[in-house]
Amino acid sequence: MTTLEFRDVTKKYRVRGSGELIALDKVNFTLTSGRTIALVGQSGSGKSTIAKILTQLERVSSGQVLLDGTPIPTWGRPLRRYRQTVRMVFQDPFASLNPYHTIRHHIERPLRLDRVVPADQVEEEVFRLLNRVRLSPEQTIDRRPHELSGGQRQRVAIARALASRPALLIADEPVSMLDVSIRLEVLNLLAELQREANLGVLYITHDLATARHFSDEIMVLHHGKVVEHGPSDDVILHPTHPYTLALRDASPDPEKHFAASTTIPGATT
Amino acid sequence: MTTDDLLTVSQFSVSYDVNPPVEAVRDVSITVRRGEILGLAGESGCGKTTLAYGIQRLLKPPAVITSGSAVFHDESGEDIDINTMDDVQLRAFRWEKASMVFQGAMNALNPIITIGAQLQDVFSTHRPAMSRREHRLEAGRLLDIVGVGSGRLRSYPHELSGGMRQRVMIAMALALKPQLMIMDEPTTALDVLVQREILDQISDLRKEFGFSVIFITHDLPLLLEISDRIAVMREGRIVEIDTARNLYENPRHDYTRRLLASFPSLTGERGGFVRRPSESALDAESGVTVQ
Repeated sequence: MTTLEFRDVTKKYRVRGSGELIALDKVNFTLTSGRTIALVGQSGSGKSTIAKILTQLERVSSGQVLLDGTPIPTWGRPLRRYRQTVRMVFQDPFASLNPYHTIRHHIERPLRLDRVVPADQVEEEVFRLLNRVRLSPEQTIDRRPHELSGGQRQRVAIARALASRPALLIADEPVSMLDVSIRLEVLNLLAELQREANLGVLYITHDLATARHFSDEIMVLHHGKVVEHGPSDDVILHPTHPYTLALRDASPDPEKHFAASTTIPGATT
Repeated sequence: MTTDDLLTVSQFSVSYDVNPPVEAVRDVSITVRRGEILGLAGESGCGKTTLAYGIQRLLKPPAVITSGSAVFHDESGEDIDINTMDDVQLRAFRWEKASMVFQGAMNALNPIITIGAQLQDVFSTHRPAMSRREHRLEAGRLLDIVGVGSGRLRSYPHELSGGMRQRVMIAMALALKPQLMIMDEPTTALDVLVQREILDQISDLRKEFGFSVIFITHDLPLLLEISDRIAVMREGRIVEIDTARNLYENPRHDYTRRLLASFPSLTGERGGFVRRPSESALDAESGVTVQ
């Protein structure tokens, strides 16, 4: 059981001319193994800042980030070990894989660097990981990213993130660049892998519908503040903060739309 | 064929003349009615943008229109065959009769020229008889209509947010009061709140000016809300076309059903998700901090 805790985390950026920008303002939450928290909010709300702090690409201005009760390391070998525990899947599967390297290389690298398995078992482990994300190892292992579709590439990225056997996974808009018909497939795969490995997942998205179905909790971020945080269905079906309500009402919802209107929409003539 | 129809596309095909040739649009026949919002839904590579470009004759080699016609029924009663226009006629047709808001429109503005100057450009090309002062007034009025405000005439694109730049592009497309606006993924890069504002604005403007819209996107839930009719495209063909409500309630084509099922419902049932609430959502209250 791994627990990651944000305690009163504040992040300020210095902005030339106008002083300071408060990107995160006293954010508190706890992510534990086996649970998924969705982080929603419009652009500029601070979602990515949280991901950057979690991966230690940014430092906090004040407050603490605790992994199992101890502050997360900020440098050296301890930081590398920490990064083995917390892995990330990026939004753009076209940019996050190196076009010069084969799929084998992408997945082998974390295995070798983190010495997850003995050197003579690396190949076997690569096969196992590709199978887990439902890619045929024989057909993909020696290919390069450009030979794969967007969905296949994102699966490779997921396999790579899982290679170091992390306890927590940060998925920053993992499906928004994929074709709509395969988005659910990839999310379902993530949900399944999560269950198998008892991963804690932070799902960063602006899509409230998938946030609701994919996560246990939803956390709504607005101007760096957590304005609402609770079980997914509660947040979407009975929002208490006006901002959550505004977000929900702005999201397309054909079901409600057709239930509400008895005439065909927009028929003005 | 009555005056109710604005655009009749028949048996329209476009190929990319590469080796082997790619048939991007295959035998598409579609009618756009006056004043309607026609949604064009489909995934990447289905040919929706190619079709839109074809209607405007904007395709460049290796794309070739291999067959079919697109006829624009002008307000004046004249029928304009888009395929047979020469360069001069095309220049007069585009933007005047049919305008387009391009994909990633917010990056389509020239970064080193003020948005006012870019708007006035439209008038100096198409309305040379008007004075420069009138051009400026007209440009300001357009910015007021789309909610950017005439005060921003002298702003450069980088001084505006993404949503505002998108509105400027819509203002530009509205400038000559076209009868048809083609919008290619106009809100895809924006977040939901800004997207909603812009969509509301498009509907209001449509009510006010009565133009038709071809709205292209892969976001089917969004199309269902704003369109009168929706055409679903796949592999270059239109597989189904119907009113938004019919398409939602009684989709006939398998692909339409699959596309609809790709979007989990916001407030309704879970749909095609493996993850069920029973697993962990109900028991664990730990870690939930409500502020």
